[in-house]
Amino acid sequence: MKIVKARDLVFEYIRRDEEGNVEGISTAVDHVNLDIKQGDFVAILGHNGSGKSTLAKHMNAILYPTEGTIWVDGKDTKDEDVLWDIRQTAGMVFQNPDNQIIGQVVEEDVGFGPENMGVPTKEIWERVEESLRAVGMYEYRKNSPNKLSGGQKQRVSIAGVLAMHPKCIILDEPTAMLDPNGRKEVIRAVRALNEVEGMTVILITHYMEEIIHADRVYVMDSGKIAMEGTPREIFSQVERLKSLRLDVPQVTLLAYELQKRGVKLPNGILTTEELAAAIKAL
Amino acid sequence: MLRDITLGQYYQTKSYIHDLDPRVKLGGTVLYIISLFCFKNYLGYLIAALFLAIVVKLSHVPFRFMVKGMKAILMLLMITVMFNLFLTPGTPVVTLWKLTITAEGVRMALTMMARLTLLVIGSSLMTLTTTPNNLTDGMEKMMSPLKVIKVPVHEVAMMMSIALRFIPILMEETDKIMKAQTARGADFEHGNLLARAKALVPLLVPLFISAFRRANDLAMAMEARCYRGGEGRTKMKPLIYKKKDFLAYAGLVVYMVVSIVVGRLSLG
Amino acid sequence: MSIILDHVNYIYDSNQPTAKKALDDVCLTIPDGQFLGIIGHTGSGKSTLVQHLNGLLKATEGHIYVDGEDIYDKDYDLKKLRSKVGLVFQYPEHQLFEIDVFTDVCFGPKNLGYDRKETELLAFDALQKVGLDKEYYYQSPFELSGGQKRRVAIAGVLAMKPKVLILDEPTAGLDPKGREEILSQVKKLRDESNMTIILVSHSMDDVAEYVDRIIVMNKGHVMYDDVPKEVFRHYEELEQIGLAAPQVTYIMHALAKEGLPVDTDITTIDEAADEIVNALKRSGRKVN
Repeated sequence: MKIVKARDLVFEYIRRDEEGNVEGISTAVDHVNLDIKQGDFVAILGHNGSGKSTLAKHMNAILYPTEGTIWVDGKDTKDEDVLWDIRQTAGMVFQNPDNQIIGQVVEEDVGFGPENMGVPTKEIWERVEESLRAVGMYEYRKNSPNKLSGGQKQRVSIAGVLAMHPKCIILDEPTAMLDPNGRKEVIRAVRALNEVEGMTVILITHYMEEIIHADRVYVMDSGKIAMEGTPREIFSQVERLKSLRLDVPQVTLLAYELQKRGVKLPNGILTTEELAAAIKAL
Repeated sequence: MLRDITLGQYYQTKSYIHDLDPRVKLGGTVLYIISLFCFKNYLGYLIAALFLAIVVKLSHVPFRFMVKGMKAILMLLMITVMFNLFLTPGTPVVTLWKLTITAEGVRMALTMMARLTLLVIGSSLMTLTTTPNNLTDGMEKMMSPLKVIKVPVHEVAMMMSIALRFIPILMEETDKIMKAQTARGADFEHGNLLARAKALVPLLVPLFISAFRRANDLAMAMEARCYRGGEGRTKMKPLIYKKKDFLAYAGLVVYMVVSIVVGRLSLG
Repeated sequence: MSIILDHVNYIYDSNQPTAKKALDDVCLTIPDGQFLGIIGHTGSGKSTLVQHLNGLLKATEGHIYVDGEDIYDKDYDLKKLRSKVGLVFQYPEHQLFEIDVFTDVCFGPKNLGYDRKETELLAFDALQKVGLDKEYYYQSPFELSGGQKRRVAIAGVLAMKPKVLILDEPTAGLDPKGREEILSQVKKLRDESNMTIILVSHSMDDVAEYVDRIIVMNKGHVMYDDVPKEVFRHYEELEQIGLAAPQVTYIMHALAKEGLPVDTDITTIDEAADEIVNALKRSGRKVN
């Protein structure tokens, strides 16, 4: 079974002017079909305003489709009876680390989700410990979130979601407000979750370097899925990505420039090592 | 500047008092304050001071932190003492120019001073040894009987703890906004009252917008983590009375009985 | 307009137990018209440093001379300094507050005492310089996209006619295209106006292409201060303090290690591609 499945998903919102009159209707998500396999690392790419965050919010039943259907773990998000099951199955991490930490102590924040679910006290402690260890933040459990770095705060947020024992975790631009160190930290933690724990990860981002290790990549543009494939397939289409307001990792770009200059290199080179090896093999 | 203001003056250390259930400390503080208003003679204050000294000692909080709390009310204390000293009618002791100090006035002033000092030190001891979070939990639990009459106890407690989490963030933000506007030539420090009030607009607008955005984000994040009110919620750190809490209650009862009985004796 | 920092030290909360040295004996000379990058990770002191340049923070020790005048002199006019050294903070949300974009940009010059006509001319000029479409001038600044807000914030400072423009993390939170647009706009600004521009960033990729000189801050002191290619030669040390050199630097070093005779000082993609092709030819391998 697919963990997330969408068919002809449409989300429209009504724009109003200052007097509250309807100015027009915008389509943020436009007939999207998705099939996300359990255990996969899936990346959804797109520039700001491409509809990727709106799409993500459907997976957690924060937004509901105007048309079409989205199923999370086989459950239709429009079905109100399973709302809390869906939110627990598909945990969500948001962009701003400061605006999603509720507790005044790290461990209390991680315990917030399980508390809401009515998990017995003893089990909450077990879950908090295991989640904090999974993201490498256990030593900070007694700290105030205000004293942590951005990357550490985001790892706490991830732990907060893990403690709810979800089947899949959706990260909505978790690194957009972080510095390079913080970004690396968070991506490392997310990859470990996927590889070690087999957690399904859906990463929404506009940083290309973060998706190199994804199993599958969707690229969104004006609400539609514009490209779909493995990172290698995606990155071999340099011109197309540029036209979608996206960057390409510098190595890939360099390989592409070399190809243009007549150097025979394979398509979609993603890492420095690959490039060095390919050039050596010439 | 704003960064220097610290809210809730919690002093981090390990002690018997720190470990107590917040309900004991809340209840204890209230009872202690009540006792201060029951005394009729100096012996009561003596016992109260002694009791407080023992608790301070047990709390491992350096005494200078209590004195800090006193500084804030020094003016108030002075005024109260002056008023009582000079304006209480009774047997005159000394007359300075037009002001007369009476024996009753001296006694009254001393009483007020003792009362205020003990009150301030006593309640600051509570905030020094209890995290704001813990305090909120304690209040929620103590007030929970009020739920029967539809008082939104859980919601109020949740609001308090969120406010406590966001106050430092918003303070820092205020600092940043002030700097950003100062860099654009804004002046928050000069001019008359009207000019200064007007100068606050460029500070308050971004601050409010940011606060609303944060509130919106937070509400979404809480919902995403299955928050749906206090119903059916469990607690990670439930408040359970332990042996030392009962011991503390016992000590408190002993203090109350002894101090009030002795404090209300009419001495000669 | 030159700025000289003479042994500047700054200690946060100097009278508290939490005191922290944020700037440690910083000595710098910033000549007129330079395009300068200040790089460091979060907490390295880079933002603290630039807040000294317009007097928002006062050094605990040391002196700062702007145009030869000590800005800590008693009768020095700090307000005038702030009009000469414009500082745009990281988040435009921290400064936008007026009902429309144009009025917001007028705030700075109005504070400096320009009359209405001058103010509006300055605002108009500034908005043109940042390349914002005219259709947005009378819209609420809160409804703009991230990149547009950033432009309005920059215009708000430019309208004060500064001689030095400091941009603190101007690309934070923007998508790649937005990032590129802002940076090329800044470059254009500098080419057209000959202002001194200081770009504060934690990303080498952002600055490498544009600036004449890079200052690397670490733990409150100046670690490197040189032209970009000299700084990137220390790419291993940069890595250690959590800053990466541009990715091209790594690629060139990796290739050199593999025995391809390439110039490792190259930092841009185009130059790198040309250099690799040449090196391949030089080492007798067939390129097309």
